Amino acid sequence: MSAGLTHLLSVRDLDRETAIGILDIAEDMADVATRAVPKLPTLRGRTVANLFFEDSTRTRLSFEAAAKRLSADVITFSAKGSSVSKGESLKDTAQTIAAMGVDAVVIRHSASGAARVLADSNWIDAAVVNAGDGTHEHPTQGLLDVFTMRRRLHGAGSRGRDLDGVRVTIVGDILHSRVARSNVWLLRTLGAHVHLVAPRTLMPSGVDAWPVTTSSDLDAAIADAPDVLMMLRIQSERMHAAFFPHEREYTRQWGLSDARFARLGADTMVMHPGPMNRGLEISAMAADSDASVILDQVTSGVSIRMAVLYLVLSGGDE
Amino acid sequence: MTILLTGATLPDGSRSDLVIADGVIAEIGTGLRAESAQRIDADGLQALPGLVDLHTHLREPGFEQSETVLTGSRAAAAGGYTAVHAMANTSPVQDTAGVVEQVASLGEQHGYVTVRPVGAVTVGLAGERLSEIGAMAQSRAGVRVFSDDGHCVHDALLMRRALEYVTGFDGVVAQHAQEPRLTEGAQMNEGEVSSELGLAGWPAVAEEAIIARDVLLAEAAGARLHICHLSTAGSAELVRWAKARGVRVTAEVTPHHLLLTEELARSYDARYKVNPPLRRDEDVQALREALADGTIDAVATDHAPHPPESKECSWQEASFGMVGLESALSIVQQTMVDTGLLGWADVARVMSRTPAEIGRVPGYAEPFTVGNPAHLTLYDPSVRRTFGTGDLRGMSANSPYLGRELPGRVIATLHGGVATVLEGALRDPDEVARG
Repeated sequence: MSAGLTHLLSVRDLDRETAIGILDIAEDMADVATRAVPKLPTLRGRTVANLFFEDSTRTRLSFEAAAKRLSADVITFSAKGSSVSKGESLKDTAQTIAAMGVDAVVIRHSASGAARVLADSNWIDAAVVNAGDGTHEHPTQGLLDVFTMRRRLHGAGSRGRDLDGVRVTIVGDILHSRVARSNVWLLRTLGAHVHLVAPRTLMPSGVDAWPVTTSSDLDAAIADAPDVLMMLRIQSERMHAAFFPHEREYTRQWGLSDARFARLGADTMVMHPGPMNRGLEISAMAADSDASVILDQVTSGVSIRMAVLYLVLSGGDE
Repeated sequence: MTILLTGATLPDGSRSDLVIADGVIAEIGTGLRAESAQRIDADGLQALPGLVDLHTHLREPGFEQSETVLTGSRAAAAGGYTAVHAMANTSPVQDTAGVVEQVASLGEQHGYVTVRPVGAVTVGLAGERLSEIGAMAQSRAGVRVFSDDGHCVHDALLMRRALEYVTGFDGVVAQHAQEPRLTEGAQMNEGEVSSELGLAGWPAVAEEAIIARDVLLAEAAGARLHICHLSTAGSAELVRWAKARGVRVTAEVTPHHLLLTEELARSYDARYKVNPPLRRDEDVQALREALADGTIDAVATDHAPHPPESKECSWQEASFGMVGLESALSIVQQTMVDTGLLGWADVARVMSRTPAEIGRVPGYAEPFTVGNPAHLTLYDPSVRRTFGTGDLRGMSANSPYLGRELPGRVIATLHGGVATVLEGALRDPDEVARG
């Protein structure tokens, strides 16, 4: 069994062996879900605090489900309507939660690096799991994405395997996407080739130094028949900041339309981290097709988060 | 009070004794004696003219939880300074004669350093209307440096008018070069590191575009322009070009931009969050070269104190700025002297004479000559120390150097013949105020 984790802040802290270890434990966790009583006593008596400074119902529910399936107690803090909206700081919130006695903190924050700041501070000594920090990273999303890919490609023979040579194309707002960042680093660690497609305005200025290839031509990327096509959510506020002219232009150039979907290879899997803007970055036909693993991603999310909570709370002592 | 300094090494490398009496240098030579004088053994110490900072945030009035004129003056004296330019972003803003006179007189009352208030270019730093530049220039504070620092005078017409207008008062506009639209929400230098960290980028062009525009405006107006805290290689290149054209432009660089790089942001430790942001190593090297070849005229601290809560938070939520008065000379030694790029006479030029000249501060043109005001500092370049909070003498602890080993230490500082620092320790406020 893999060594424990102190925190999970960035997928860049994971080497290949550790990453595969997490994925393999997630396979075990996925097996639990198929049992009559899909629950383990592993984290009984441990308390997990979900600190959601930024709204995210899906991620919060996924972490809650994961913690509960491991029999942990869960307390949830949502910024909306809480003292954070009255100006309470990350420090005060963290110290308050720590004073209640928690073993792990799952933090979602709109500021990049917030999870790192919390982990490096002396405000709290619990394990910290990054559930999305600004435009930096979303490590459990990256893990659940590669987990989903590995399962689709290797099925029951997934354990112990990496993604060597798998070709993944990620399309959309790379600049503001923590999902893209976590995927890029983790996919490279696992041996996959990553190609990013976006208008130049939504590509990070330093992307040349990333271990990826880039272009702004989705049709050419599709013609290259990637193994995975991951469409990112486009946020409507972007068009007001002159990143692109308007929705229709975006859809025309970078949306996975029915026509583009029809040109995809038979084995290409379609992914999306959700929530989707149907008709904008992805057509309903593509989203609901057999090629789509979008709901598998959601299911994988719970398994991955169980694995991560298990590893940060067990300290690898079992 | 009469003071006898023995065996000091002067900036030109010669060794000398100095007698200081009635606030001025009374004698220079060897084997000097002075009856009932306080003796300071300066053997092995580097004597420098009192340092002059063109860019200090003293925070008073309005932000006394971060710094006051007194605490900032003490931090300055501890760093070897005898004059500071107090930036205008106080509350109320230093945009009227009343406010600048108040700040100047607080400085005078405390006596650690000469406090030269900077006047705001525009009312309330709002970038809309010119402030009372003439009244501030003619006030008892005698303001000569005008800046909206913290904000860029981004309106080209307003900048043109400000440059033209200050010529009537021998003033200079000190521009905080930051194109606001290109830096909306910006958190750190734009590039590889920002792309990885997911922190909104602050492109070099946002600084350089303003400098390019402003040197042309200054040329057209025949006015003096000063560039605050120049931070990119491209900015240095533009200033070099402008000087070659004969534009009356001067520029400053901060100690932190001579040493630190954007790599430090990887920790998300908000002590490294500063405006302009820390840049690449290529920029650091280019700035050192530009300071060495005279393209950059002065080192200025941009001492920017903040209370703990402004830094104990996520990077994005934190305030911009770092304190720097107490560490400036050590950083300049490390980056410029120990590297062989500058000698001590050059340090005296970039940290005292030239900034005084830009700010029109009298008494710094000919240091270490008989009859001149005794503004000087004694510095021991031979020691190394781990810089800690005990070395910070202002109210705030947002220094990027805590825990770092730095060379050198200020042993004594004299402001107008009054010792503000002796044996490495600040003297008490009432002693200094008595003179």
